[in-house]
Amino acid sequence: MSDISAPSAVPLPHLRPWLLLAVPVLLLVVYLVLMDNGAVSQTGTFLHELMHDGRHLLGVPCH
Amino acid sequence: MIRTLVVRGLLIGLLAGFVAGTFAFVFGEPRVDAAIALEEAAVAAEPEPAPASAGEAGHDHAGAAGHHHGEEAVVGRPVQKAGLFLAIGLYGLAVGGVFALVFAGLRGRFGPRGDGALALASAATAFVAVILVPFLKYPANPPAVGDPETINSRTALYVVMVIVGLAAVAVAVATARRVTAGPWQRRVAAGVAFLVPVVAAWLLLPTVDEVPEGFPASLLWNFRLASLGTQLVFWTAFGVLFGWVGDRVAGRSALSPAPSSG
Repeated sequence: MSDISAPSAVPLPHLRPWLLLAVPVLLLVVYLVLMDNGAVSQTGTFLHELMHDGRHLLGVPCH
Repeated sequence: MIRTLVVRGLLIGLLAGFVAGTFAFVFGEPRVDAAIALEEAAVAAEPEPAPASAGEAGHDHAGAAGHHHGEEAVVGRPVQKAGLFLAIGLYGLAVGGVFALVFAGLRGRFGPRGDGALALASAATAFVAVILVPFLKYPANPPAVGDPETINSRTALYVVMVIVGLAAVAVAVATARRVTAGPWQRRVAAGVAFLVPVVAAWLLLPTVDEVPEGFPASLLWNFRLASLGTQLVFWTAFGVLFGWVGDRVAGRSALSPAPSSG
């Protein structure tokens, strides 16, 4: 196991702020693109209609 | 280090999204157009509501469909086709960022050693867990398929399947680490540990079938193939590019004794 040097793991304390701050923002973007129907974006059906073809072809439920 | 990976994930995600968007535009859009044409033909053929009820109900006939694709739509078809690239591009950007952070956590802890091999293995696993597992239970549907009334419950069920896919991967990895008998015992144990929760969810979660009577089976099949193909193109392009760039950067820093500013 020690013949090849394994890539050094990123320490978890370094990763934690990214997981706490960046991941929620990125998942919010995914939610808005794929699933929001006005509840979060407050744009009525506009976002749904703009992302319409992408939602269908990325395979998420869309109306 | 983490920042470099995240920027790489965002940019490669955007690029892979553009590649997948082009695939979706060529192979998916004709099917979306065909389905919308069928939907509009069905609405046009619908008899007008009785005059008596029209007065009291405020004549919100078009609103009952909850959705427009025609000329009175909130967003017209040409804009929706441009929105395809916007949607898949943003999706790629965000998913690429999340992938990079997961990759940073996995490196040196789980999976293959090299950055390239780990990127390919992670992207393939992500495709199976997040795309294929939900798709096989709740496949993609073209316009005209699906009741607008049930969109929230169908979305929730879809998200549950995504979570089941991810949890099944975690169970499989944990199981594989406990098996020390040999590589094949480990692979089979991981496969079984993955399939048990996935198959249980496939069997136990409610079935959704809202395909209207008489909807062309070939159109449905071709649409679903194009949809799955779009995701396959995205995850393949993403995994290959992320792995390639990772190996190139690792090779360059291994060759040069001093870290270069470039």
